[in-house]
Amino acid sequence: MGIWGWLKHKYHRAGSPRWFFAGSKGWMVGLYIFGAALILIGSVWGLGFVPPERYQGESSRILFVHVPAVSLAQTIYIAIAVAGLVFLVWRMKMADLFIQAVAPIGMVMTAAGLATGAIWGMPTWGTGWVWDARIISTLVLLLLFFGLMALREAVPNPDRGARAVALLAVVGVVNIPIIQYSVEWFATLHQPESITIGQRPTIAAVYLWPLGINALGYYCFAAGAAIAALRVRILHAESGTEWVREWVRGGDE
Amino acid sequence: MSLLAAQFGRDLLLGLRTRADAANPLVFFVLATLLLGLGTGGAGAELGDLAPGAIWVLALFANMLGVEGMFRRDAEDGTLTQLLLHARPLFPALIGKLAANWLICGAPVLVLGPGAALVLGGSSNGLGTLALSLLLGTPALTLLGAIGAALTVNTGRGGLLALVLVLPFTVPVLVFGAGASMAAAGGASAAFPLLMLGALLAAALTGAPFAVGKALAIAEEG
Amino acid sequence: MTELLAMDGHGVYVWSAYGLSLLGLIVVGAWPLASMRMLVRRLRRRNRIAARDQAASAPGDES
Repeated sequence: MGIWGWLKHKYHRAGSPRWFFAGSKGWMVGLYIFGAALILIGSVWGLGFVPPERYQGESSRILFVHVPAVSLAQTIYIAIAVAGLVFLVWRMKMADLFIQAVAPIGMVMTAAGLATGAIWGMPTWGTGWVWDARIISTLVLLLLFFGLMALREAVPNPDRGARAVALLAVVGVVNIPIIQYSVEWFATLHQPESITIGQRPTIAAVYLWPLGINALGYYCFAAGAAIAALRVRILHAESGTEWVREWVRGGDE
Repeated sequence: MSLLAAQFGRDLLLGLRTRADAANPLVFFVLATLLLGLGTGGAGAELGDLAPGAIWVLALFANMLGVEGMFRRDAEDGTLTQLLLHARPLFPALIGKLAANWLICGAPVLVLGPGAALVLGGSSNGLGTLALSLLLGTPALTLLGAIGAALTVNTGRGGLLALVLVLPFTVPVLVFGAGASMAAAGGASAAFPLLMLGALLAAALTGAPFAVGKALAIAEEG
Repeated sequence: MTELLAMDGHGVYVWSAYGLSLLGLIVVGAWPLASMRMLVRRLRRRNRIAARDQAASAPGDES
């Protein structure tokens, strides 16, 4: 038995949609509230209680909403690829429901990261777009999210669509480091001298607190939203079963 | 090996028999070059400087258009099902198919590309590097495009969707391919991007056929 | 207060970035809750129709 047996037990429990549905509501509400509270604290802290940065001035405060969104989006794509691999290998239904649930969250977060980055760029570099490696790869990430969702819609058979999406996610995550490397090489060739992002080796400790709190808040809030979306998918996928009919009759939302 | 040769011969023959289909990507390439020149005021100094990069973008699109439907006819007449059932291992048969596709849609661009660069007013410097980068890069594009073609086969859509799925993955090929030919046109060394293109081709050659095979299996199973 | 809003001339950028982020979070957070309500409503209606059909097709229950 030991730890491996315990993990296996947990894996099989987590693979049961019904079990997940029954036990997840408390987590969902808790993560929603905890995440929202952290984001509120971190944002107020970052907006009002931190000195402006020496070179960028007040607009450096955008950091506290920009970095968590991009970081969350990248984490979500990797999580989707892991779930895709699990789905392809073990045909675990929950893995596909998870992909369906979090792909829109990842797409919104990538878009938010790009938008806040562009707004940040306007006062700092005088333009909303520079050919920087990180900006390019974030845009590519947005397109990858879009591809996952477009492919699922295009395949008429849902089961086949689920497997195709899982495969595309795995192929995507293999390609991401290569894309990253190539755009970094591209950016070193084409980036004008005046713009030096990515050369900020140390970030002052005063900024780490609101940034960390906001990042944790984003992750928790997104986890709550992911559980909520997963619950919708479970209910939808299992809508023909007796336990769902029972639950719906129960009148508890 | 004989599986590879047989599949290659069959696809080449089929491709050459439907001449219009085979020529479409190339005609597209010529048309796009013409429109690019018309849209930017003909061969000026500025366009000439950009010509190698522009050629690379057009070659990428032409290549993708040639690949996106490569499994459609086989899926419609049932040949694909037979292939998946009987080709053991699948790898050489897929390589044969892809090689035939590349020879028809990709290889002519090696000749057309440098010519188009001259038409757009590019310098004659580095045309050899442009051709070499296309030689290394377009097979990698064919391999990547085949993933999109396989994922969208049997969906009744394909086309633009296959392109949207796969174009993000072609970023490295474009970056190093265009980088090499732009560097050579400017008189700089293109060794590093060319080496990277070779590495990308090797990686695509080993990885992509497995993804294509898996995607075809998914499409045929359901 | 006005100082906080103006942000040394960068107020437009800072506040629009925070506003957009808030919008994104609201979309992400509210979407699943709204679709849950819609789904439950649809399932309830389906249940009711099924129950009514069953009652209607039961023998000796014609009015």
